[in-house]
Formats: sequence, C-alpha cells, structure tokens
Amino acid sequence: MTAPSVVQIIVFFGLLLLLTKPLGGYMARVFAGERTLLHPALGGLERGTYRLLGVDPAQDMKWTTYAFALLAFSLASMVFTYAVLRLQGVLPLNPQGYGAAQMPADLAFNTAASFTSNTNWQSYSPELTLSYFSNMVGLAIHNWASAAVGLAVAIAVIRGFARRSARGLGNFWADVVRCTLYLLLPLALVGALVFVAMGVPQNFDPATVATTLEGGRQTIWQGPVASQEIIKQLGTNGGGFFNANSAHPFENPSPASNFFTLLLIWSLPAAITHTFGKMVGNPKQGWALFGAMAALALVGALICTAAEQAGTPHLAAAQIETSATDAQAGGNMEGKEVRFGIAGSALFAVVTTGASCGAVNSMHDSYTPLGGLVPLFNMLTGEVVFGGVGAGLYGMLMFAVLAVFIAGLMVGRTPEYLGKKIEKFEVQMAMLATLVLAASVLVFTALSSASPTALASLNNAGPHGFSELLYTYASATGNNGSAFAGLSTNTPWFNVTIGFALLVGRFLMIIPLLAMAGALARKGHVPASSGTFPTDTVTFAVLLVGVVIIVGALTYFPGLSLGPIVEHFQMTALATH
Amino acid sequence: MKHLRPALLLTLFFVVLTGLAFPVVVWGLGRTLFPDAARGSLLRDAQGTVIGSSLLGQAFSRPEYFHPRPSAAGAGYDAANSGGTNLGPTSDKLVNGLGDGSFSGFRELAAQYRAENGLAPDTLIPADAATRSASGLDPDISPGNAHLQSARVARARGLAPEQVEALVAAHTIGRTLGLFGEPRVNVLKLNVALDTLAAETRR
Repeated sequence: MTAPSVVQIIVFFGLLLLLTKPLGGYMARVFAGERTLLHPALGGLERGTYRLLGVDPAQDMKWTTYAFALLAFSLASMVFTYAVLRLQGVLPLNPQGYGAAQMPADLAFNTAASFTSNTNWQSYSPELTLSYFSNMVGLAIHNWASAAVGLAVAIAVIRGFARRSARGLGNFWADVVRCTLYLLLPLALVGALVFVAMGVPQNFDPATVATTLEGGRQTIWQGPVASQEIIKQLGTNGGGFFNANSAHPFENPSPASNFFTLLLIWSLPAAITHTFGKMVGNPKQGWALFGAMAALALVGALICTAAEQAGTPHLAAAQIETSATDAQAGGNMEGKEVRFGIAGSALFAVVTTGASCGAVNSMHDSYTPLGGLVPLFNMLTGEVVFGGVGAGLYGMLMFAVLAVFIAGLMVGRTPEYLGKKIEKFEVQMAMLATLVLAASVLVFTALSSASPTALASLNNAGPHGFSELLYTYASATGNNGSAFAGLSTNTPWFNVTIGFALLVGRFLMIIPLLAMAGALARKGHVPASSGTFPTDTVTFAVLLVGVVIIVGALTYFPGLSLGPIVEHFQMTALATH
Repeated sequence: MKHLRPALLLTLFFVVLTGLAFPVVVWGLGRTLFPDAARGSLLRDAQGTVIGSSLLGQAFSRPEYFHPRPSAAGAGYDAANSGGTNLGPTSDKLVNGLGDGSFSGFRELAAQYRAENGLAPDTLIPADAATRSASGLDPDISPGNAHLQSARVARARGLAPEQVEALVAAHTIGRTLGLFGEPRVNVLKLNVALDTLAAETRR
C-alpha cells in the first residue's frame, strides 16, 4: 500500500472522530425537542406541520402504536412513489419523454420498495428510464423520509434502554418532522451548495449535444443532480442520478468531492453513537460502540485497499503495471476512475457498505475476490460498521444484546445492558431479526442459483457469478443498494424477489427491535453490582467485534467459500471462466 | 386507521418541502453563486459551440490527439449511458475478449496501445491504459499514460517532443492537498491546449 493511501484512511477517521461529539450532541437535543439555533426560523413550520397532520407531538406512543404509525407512513409514501413512476409520462419535468413503458409494474414495485426501505437498489438505468420529476419527487423524497424514519427508530430503541418503567417510546411523527427540519435540511442545504461549487450540476435543462473535437456528437444529460446527491449520501441512501452512480464525474467530480462524500456517509451514523451515550447518561457507552465500529472499519479498509492495490495475476501477465509508481496508480484499475485511484475507491467501497449507503465510485463487480469480499462481508454482518442512518445503531444494539447474553452465559448470570435485565423476550427478538435476515439472503440466493431464468442474467461465469447473486441479496436484505452490477436484475424474477428481500430487511428488522425496546422501556433499573459485566470498556468493544464477526462468519462462511474464496484461488492459478 | 391521515399528509410534507422546494432553492442559489458549475462545466469553442464538458471524457482516436482510457459507456464515452464492464477478475471476456471483434479483452487493449504508440511488445504499460473506468466517462489519464503517448502525438503534429511533454506537465494535476486522489491529466483540456498550440505554431 502507498503512504498516501494509509495516511488518508487515518485523516478520515480523525475527522470523523472530531465530528461525532458536536453532531451527536446536537442530535440528542433535536430529538429531545429542545430549542436549537434554528427554532426561530423553523419553529413555526414545525408547529404548522403538526397542525396539518393533526397530531400531538407530546403524545407518547407505545411500541405498537409507534410501529403502526411507521408502517402506515411507509406504505402511503411507497404507494405514492409507485404511482408517480407509473404515471411519469403524464407528469411534468420530463424532457426525455419517458413513460410507463420504461417503468413496468414489476420494476416500479421494486423501485418503490427500494427507495422506501432506504436501499436505493436500482434495477434500472436512471438516465434511460426516469424523468427529472420521477427522480426529484418520486424517489428523492424517500432519501429524506427513509433517513428520518431510520433515525427515529434508532432514537426510539435508545429510549427503550434509557427510560425506566415507561410505557412509550416517543412520538413517531414528531421524531420524523424534527429530524427532517432541524437536522437533515440545514446540513443538506449547505452540503448541496458545496457539491455545486465542486462541479455537480443543478439545472432543469434538456440534454446538450456537444460537437467533440474530432467532430463526433456527445449527448450530455444533466438535471437536478446536486440536490439529490447530497441527501443520497447524508441519508445513506445511495441511489444515483446516473447509472454509474458516484463514479460519474457529474456526481463526484474530484478527489475533494470524494472525500466530502465519504464524510457525509458516515457523519450521522458515527454521531448517533454519541447521541446514544448521552441519552443513556454515560457517553462512554457510546464510545464503546464507536470503538467497535471503527475497529471493524479500519481492518476492512486496510484489507480491501491492499487487495485492490495488489492487482491481479492476469493483469501482471498482460504486462500491465500493478505496482504503484509516481506516474500511475497500479493495482486493479478495471472499473475504477483515475481521479480516485485505488485508495479513494477501496475506502469508498468499505464506507458505502459499512453504512447502508450503497453509492459506489467504482464497480465492485470488477474487484479482486478478496477486495470484493470486504464489502460483501460488511453487508452480510448487517451493516453495523457505523451503518445506515439509524439502522447502523439499532443493528449494533441488537448485537450488543447478543454480546451481553453470550457473556452472561459464560459466567452464568442474568445478562444486563445499560441497567436493564436482558431476558428471554429481548434475546428472542434479537435472534428473530438475525435469523430472518440470514434466511432472506441465503434462501433467495439458493433459489436463484437453481433457477435457469435467474442464471441467464449473470454477467460472469464460475464462482464470480455466484458472488453476483450472493452480493445482490445481501445488498437488498441489508438495504444497502450497491451491486455487483453486472447481474441484469431488471427481470420479473429479480424485481419481485429483490423487492421482497428489501421489505423483509427493513421492516422485519425494525419491528422486532421496536418490540424489544418496548419491553425494555417497561423495566425498572437494576443498579450495577460487582457481578455486572461493564459495557463501557474496551473489553466489551472487543467482545462486540467478536460477536459480529462470529455470527457473520458462522452464517455465511459456506456461501463466501463458494464465491470469493474459491475465486481467489482460481485467480491465483490464472484460471478464467 | 387513525394513522392514515398523518401518513398521507406527511408524504405531502416531504413532496412539497424536499421534493419540490429544496431542489428549486438549490437550483436558484447554485446558478447564482456557481453559474458555470451548476450548468455542467461546459466547454465552448471560439464560435460558442459546446465541445463537451471539462468533467466528462470524450472519445479520441486520431493520432494527433491524446487518447482517453477504453470505455464501456455505450459505444464508448456515451454520456447518456454511463457504466463499467462489471466483469470480474477471472472473467475470460475481460482478459481475452470475445474473439469476434465485438469486445476486446485487456490483453488486446494493451497490445493495441503498444502498437499505436510504437512501444515494444513487452513494454510495461500504466494500469489505466488498458482497463475500463467505472463510469465509462473518465475524463483523466495518469501522467504515465500521457507520457507514453506524447511521442506519437508530437510526431503526428510535427511538434517537438519537448513542446508536447511541457504541455502534458502543465496539465498534470497532483494529489489534492498532497494526499487525496491520484495525479492525473484531463484529456479533453490537454487536447484543446494542443489544438491551440498547433494553431499558434502555424501562425
């Protein structure tokens, strides 16, 4: 690995660490309904919104009420998006003249599910399918809404741990509205202008036809890119305005915009660990989670960068430079951009899959087997390396419950976490979420592997083809949205099965966790005793990392062996398929 | 059912605020503060005709121009159809191509590159010279790649090799803050500068 690639990983983690405390503290205040600097400007809009909705923001909801409100909103907004996509032909801002022909029912279902679940899996090629209106109104609203919903759930789950003998988990409508107005909106407005300054277009112009220097024609599509780009990253959504996503120079023009994007993706997921620490009354509890996440992230970033920088034996055999020199990047540059090189691409792959973002600035399908294994493993372990906005924290809290349970088994005591007894119901809910997600990934991958129609969609043969399928369902179930994009998933089989995996991954994770939080909130506080396993220590962070890796490895090792691991050895032996 | 009304109206809240108002505000501020960038950083010739965007690569095949990386976007550098090959490291298609001329593997691309630039068949070439980018619209090549092409360009244009080398050096951008990204040369800007230089030399 080159020196700049290691140094930029360190600088990145340093900046993330600096952002975590102020941003996390601010988030705690927003969700507690405290006054912020923005209240004089936006307080009226907040109160007006509650009046419009006809809700009382002070009403404390039981977990079931919270879950029903969440499901009602998700369903309403998903149906709305389905309608917009199907009707784009008669809606405005459609200079391309796209209609329902580009958006058949199975694709519209898949896309609506994908954006509602904060995944942004894209079975379609945006510039060949979507009008500006569909992008802006049909899809981008979910980039905001699903991020706000994810954060709201995380806060509700934290309240379950923080409250004592309480009935409710907070008010869903107030959590979503406050998050949108006081957190997402100001950050996005500033960030969008930073993107425009860096070269990301924002206009409603039709295509420009350029006459190239050699006299050819190049049709250049633009659009309202910056306003979508910012929330795509800040909300860990990841759906590109263009097919090439953040590899497209209009979405990510420079190394500076690339680094800015990386910080955006992990800023809220990292900050919420501090929000958590503050809300449970012990910031060290938050730092323990931050430490566990950072450790997993750092190891992943180093492995992925090293694997990609090593290049492949096939490239070396063709006399293509694989070591880095001052004049070129070396390594495996297939599917990577020169301006990002190896380091800026590999770090992006780790960040986007550690979070449930799924934006890509390089084509993961063309990664070396071990380089591609890292993003795959990140998704299979539930995207808890900072994770999606909100989703990362509630996923990690699920693992924390399992970790204290395992620690409790080892010493023969009833496990406790944050002063709450962890009993049968909590462990059942945590296991239910774990098992449902694993089943979705493995069963759909297995069914597709056995289906000739599905196999006809593969872009690669041999073990890499299997990796394409495993990656697809890991991404869909994990609500990531990145892809081994060679697989042509715009077929009824994939649109429907992926659509279900998306909804399972989102809602069958959220509901058990809200149930767990509801049960925890009702419990009283158990004072710490000499037999309590402390969870604000390095020991706990290490145990937590161990549980994440063991659960992931035990569940998915056979699948990973058939895909990337076999492929690695075949590549070393210079085999091709 | 009591959730139905707030659910529908919250959807409306997001449509109005984030789906319509936000993009329009960013559009208004963007075109005021950064008019060039907000409209796609388009480049124009002396007559005002758009010749491309400084951010997007475009196809070049004539010997008197620097060539960009191979591209998988449409038929090559199709800005309405971005994307990469998505072929994995053990893909026979990626390594050896399809053999019917419809798709070249990187061995063939490397051989073509050496032949075009008059390099010996075993010359080690830069990683970006025979691989396709992620977007298919990569505007840049590595300085090493530009260096290997400059003799050919100089010969085709009847310029001194030092003149072309100096132009490449002037168009080479280093890492941002010495740390982020990779050193690179924007092919379109370099070729525009070459045309300008050639016009001046002729005069």
